[in-house]
Amino acid sequence: MEQKRYFMKGNEALAEAAIRAGCRSFFGYPITPQTEVAAYMAKRMPEVGGVYLQAESEIAAANMVLGAAAAGARTMTSSSSPGISLKSEAISYMAGCDLPCLIVNVQRAGPGLGGIQPAQSDYFQATRANGHGDFHILVFAPDGVQEIVDLVAHAYDTADKYRMPAMILADGMLGQMMEPVVFHEKEQRELPPKPWAASGHKNKRQHNIINSLVLKPAELEQQNIARFERYQQVQQQEVLAEEYLLEDAEIIVVAFGASARIAKTAVHAAREQGIRVGLIRPITLWPFPSNLIAKAAEHAKAFLSVEMNMGQMVEDVRLAVGGRCPVRFYGRAGGMVPEPDEITAVIAELEREVR
Amino acid sequence: MAFQFVFAGFGGQGVLFAGKVTANTGLIDGKQVTWLPSYGPEMRGGTANCSVCLSEEPIGCPMVMHPDVLVAMNGPSYDRFAETVRPGGLILADSTLVQCDEQDHRIRPIPATRLAADNGLEGLANILLLGRMLRLTGFTTYESMKQSIRNCVPASKAYLLEANFKAFEIGFQYQ
Amino acid sequence: MAVFEKTSGLTDQVTHYCPGCTHGIIHRLVAETLEELSVLGDTVGVASVGCSVMSYDYFSCDMVQAPHGRAPAVATGIKRVLGPQSVVFTYQGDGDLAAIGTAETVHAAARGENITLIFVNNAIYGMTGGQMAPTTLPGQVTQTTPRGRDIRTAGFPIRICEMLATLDGVAYAERVAVNTVANIRKAKQAVQKAFTAQTEGKGFTIVEILSTCPTNWGLTPAESLQWVQENMIPHYPLGVFCDRTEKGVY
Repeated sequence: MEQKRYFMKGNEALAEAAIRAGCRSFFGYPITPQTEVAAYMAKRMPEVGGVYLQAESEIAAANMVLGAAAAGARTMTSSSSPGISLKSEAISYMAGCDLPCLIVNVQRAGPGLGGIQPAQSDYFQATRANGHGDFHILVFAPDGVQEIVDLVAHAYDTADKYRMPAMILADGMLGQMMEPVVFHEKEQRELPPKPWAASGHKNKRQHNIINSLVLKPAELEQQNIARFERYQQVQQQEVLAEEYLLEDAEIIVVAFGASARIAKTAVHAAREQGIRVGLIRPITLWPFPSNLIAKAAEHAKAFLSVEMNMGQMVEDVRLAVGGRCPVRFYGRAGGMVPEPDEITAVIAELEREVR
Repeated sequence: MAFQFVFAGFGGQGVLFAGKVTANTGLIDGKQVTWLPSYGPEMRGGTANCSVCLSEEPIGCPMVMHPDVLVAMNGPSYDRFAETVRPGGLILADSTLVQCDEQDHRIRPIPATRLAADNGLEGLANILLLGRMLRLTGFTTYESMKQSIRNCVPASKAYLLEANFKAFEIGFQYQ
Repeated sequence: MAVFEKTSGLTDQVTHYCPGCTHGIIHRLVAETLEELSVLGDTVGVASVGCSVMSYDYFSCDMVQAPHGRAPAVATGIKRVLGPQSVVFTYQGDGDLAAIGTAETVHAAARGENITLIFVNNAIYGMTGGQMAPTTLPGQVTQTTPRGRDIRTAGFPIRICEMLATLDGVAYAERVAVNTVANIRKAKQAVQKAFTAQTEGKGFTIVEILSTCPTNWGLTPAESLQWVQENMIPHYPLGVFCDRTEKGVY
């Protein structure tokens, strides 16, 4: 059956997808370029009997998500870069409390107040340090409105499965652009039971405690080790990446999100010049598709990481390539977006170099 | 066949809406579509623009660097984007507001703002330009375009639908 | 014959509070109230950061431990998703509620969030070892005001109940103390009133409870109770500052 195609902004499609994935509470705060998420939720949540709340700050919004997640709800907040910094306190606590939730970062350029144009300069923050302490969160990087929609439900399910926060890492371009989108409905979405939740014990069980304070070092170490064993499973089972024209590729571009889309156009143009170039597009940034890149490095002559920042993911590419061939970086920063021609030129130059 | 458009003008002239109507025809025609707006403070009273791609194939970069069609609704937009237009491309300029370079053979001037005002269709110069654009490019069918206008005019402004059609028709019939 | 029993609102865990600290009394007042209202099974408590952080081990209802100052935001999230049948309270000290969490406190109150804040004010930071609190009295010596709180450099103490009483979302704001038997009885009534108002959906409720910190005040437990009477109550007058429990705030 032909499913209905809607024409929607990334931000709005994301919000609708969350509702269809069973999210019934949204806690937000306005910030460009993600405000449409909040605006859409303000309109839609009451229609489905859900909660929309505009908090007094990003800090409060993230902590409301902590509360809602602790009570067992499928919940979310969204923001853009400076707001995510404010949310990192709660993100760390939620990781420490093993609480699943969805955090959306529609990135803009930084540091500081930065600009409001699209960027990917929160890669490190998202994959390395979304708060203090030893922890990871799931990071999904869609490259278009349809994939935003498809990843939202998947992010929730994966977050529930491993009891950890998940992030959709988009950017101003993906949030603001409109594309046709189909909502692939699950027949009947049943959310998993959360027997650990603090939702009132109804005098039927022991009291549940959601907590990240562990004062005995040996105990906390054990907790962290157990959490990292779970992370290892995530790394083994949850990696997503797109492989594009890799079969005969000598040069492999690695790019995610909006820059991957632009790089795809550049790869096409370079192919027309006879350059054997392909693209690896990490869809999960954590877990990172290191094995896929390591395998590709056995045959490739060079890698090129294309990002909208000063060079962040390139470090993960280098780690995965492990010195088997050169790894170059091309990026634009500050809200500047690379044009396909620029990338094609860099590919051509790299090809001449390693030929 | 792929078509790439840039719509540009002052905030409030409806360039983003014109882009949406154009993009929506892709939905009707079963094509791949992207619509990418400029955003931020420049929209308020400043310049606004959007890129629209229509294609049978999946669309990579949604930014339009070299449009097949530029719709320029004010001077600054014309100055900024005219030279990016692909060789063989077209520039539809609202000649009420744009000082057109008469030597430029790509230009198709139409005094859209004045025509709209003369017909009691203030604020619909953008739709008038769409009518002209369709006639000159044939990027979609007349029916798809009218359906798209119907889809895009919000329910709260349904009373403006007939005026939109009228503006579209004036642009379409303009010689 | 009636036997005085431990309330089922508290677990059997031995508390870590210092001798003479009145946290234990306040815990009991809250726990008893929840038991008497038969809402323990529907209650989620939010522990804050400070001496009372481990209250999650002491209350027998479900508990969530919040980041420093964020308890009212966490409680908001819980209450909003569990709905009006739930009872949600925070248990916060003065540093948590009136310094780092001021925004969360004020805005939960402004929203008329249907939660109850138990605000334990002892005019000092206990957990970290006796530093100045937002409620430290002028001239009061602490580790970080070694010459006494100088209002010209360290500012003035905040009267939370008076401040919150100006907000339309507050259904009930009362300040009580637990330094005498009579005051403890009044405190219990205030806690009952606040939680009852919450179960009736009346709006935001807060009970500020003047408490002691013998360890960091450098006083004996008995002297501490006297210090509350002589120094704190004059600066923080007891009483009801706002009561909209009749009609509710909405």
